[in-house]
Amino acid sequence: MYIVRRWSVRNARLLEATYDAFERFLVAMHPLWNAIGYSRLERPVAAVEKWVKSFFFDCQMCGQCSLSSTGMSCPMNCPKQLRNGPCGGVRANGNCEVKPEMRCVWVEAWEGSRRMKNGDAIHSVQAAVDFSLAGRSYWLVTARERYEQQHALKETRA
Amino acid sequence: MRFEDEPAPGDPFRILPGHFSPGRFERVLRAGKFAVSAELSPPDSADPEEVYSRARVFDGYVDAINATDGSGANCHMSSVGVCALLTRKGYSTVMQVSCRDRNRLAIQGDVLGAAAMGVANVMCLTGDGVQAGDHPMAKPVFDLDAVSLVSTVKMMRDEGHFQSGRRLTTPPRLFIGASDNPFVPPLEYRVERLAKKIAAGAQFIQTQYCFDVPRLKQYMTRVRDLGLHEKAFIIVGTGPLASANAARWIRDNVPGIYIPDDVIKRLEGVTKPRLEGRKLCMEIIQEIRQVEGVSGVHVMAYRQEESVAELVDASGVLEGRVPWYPGLIENTNVKRAAG
Repeated sequence: MYIVRRWSVRNARLLEATYDAFERFLVAMHPLWNAIGYSRLERPVAAVEKWVKSFFFDCQMCGQCSLSSTGMSCPMNCPKQLRNGPCGGVRANGNCEVKPEMRCVWVEAWEGSRRMKNGDAIHSVQAAVDFSLAGRSYWLVTARERYEQQHALKETRA
Repeated sequence: MRFEDEPAPGDPFRILPGHFSPGRFERVLRAGKFAVSAELSPPDSADPEEVYSRARVFDGYVDAINATDGSGANCHMSSVGVCALLTRKGYSTVMQVSCRDRNRLAIQGDVLGAAAMGVANVMCLTGDGVQAGDHPMAKPVFDLDAVSLVSTVKMMRDEGHFQSGRRLTTPPRLFIGASDNPFVPPLEYRVERLAKKIAAGAQFIQTQYCFDVPRLKQYMTRVRDLGLHEKAFIIVGTGPLASANAARWIRDNVPGIYIPDDVIKRLEGVTKPRLEGRKLCMEIIQEIRQVEGVSGVHVMAYRQEESVAELVDASGVLEGRVPWYPGLIENTNVKRAAG
């Protein structure tokens, strides 16, 4: 919903902190997810993720979430689905070229990023969207990848 | 202007150390010349002569010709087609590639094809939405965005493979460009976004129309603070406005063109607005020339292409230099009196 999604950008800092805590929980629970089986969890988790993120961000389930680097403004709501910043068509009032009644997703993203602790992540270059990941749970990907990264890090330190 | 190792028209230049393309445009920029490029609006026609006649009006005044890719989301001859024709005659072309109409398979294929036909410069852009043009019923593609398009072309050139990882037997030797619009929101974010394009691999930048030089100066201050003008050649766009009404129409209907009110007022107050529009454009070109960190000007004179020669000449930015063109007398370096 448009109103909620704009609230989310205004409260990007709060959502960032909330998600960080949630992500730590997801990663810590990796052994449990692994025991149940990631493939078995895929459908139910994706369904919950879709429900939650649709409510807050009008999530399109691209499967490669970039909200943390886009000021909590989902770039898949940009009619051109731009992942690396606004196009040159933004109107003088900050609204979208294609949908004149909508605030530019990237004008929002920039504002949201300025409120976040790690808002400078907006400057990193995002790879082209991998459309084969559409519909997949990003939470599960994160849980597994971050756990494995942390584990690998601990091993190299040890 | 001819280089010492000038090839026969249509043949590639030798790629000098530190250069990336076998083209004239990169040579001119890296030689430290203030470069001039102009936009050619592709015909609604299958007749090559229509392309050549549109290019001829720029002869002797521009270092490169940009072939637009369905600009304003209007259908015309493709930029690949225009560039293929022009490179045969030796013109230096900038092939514009928009993300609106083709997915990554088509774009990567076109980039290879264009390079094979002698195109040395590509300019990557997002593209206007289909609602702005003559085919609002078309399906917008936007598989890549401008930044990931720049990365993709750079990957093909430097790493020699497609996005899929499949190897190219001969990679395209290209000078990679991107567009930028310093004049629309979010203004504070624009230079950061430019930095992203340059980090992705853009080597030259051609901007949207500049009608507000103070805004350009603010933007360029930030560009210099980040040292971006040393990493990429910044070429500022501008063009003549035909009348106050035309300016208002453009402002309301063409995405991303910012025209301040005082520009419209100035065109309203005169008896010959077309002449005034050209005078204004010439003044802007001269002002752009003075801004530190700007490497050239890109003239977009839509439906007034014949005015480009006069505008560039009157502005004096070429400082007597005569850019190469097919009719340039062999073996001589013609000099024009500085305007």
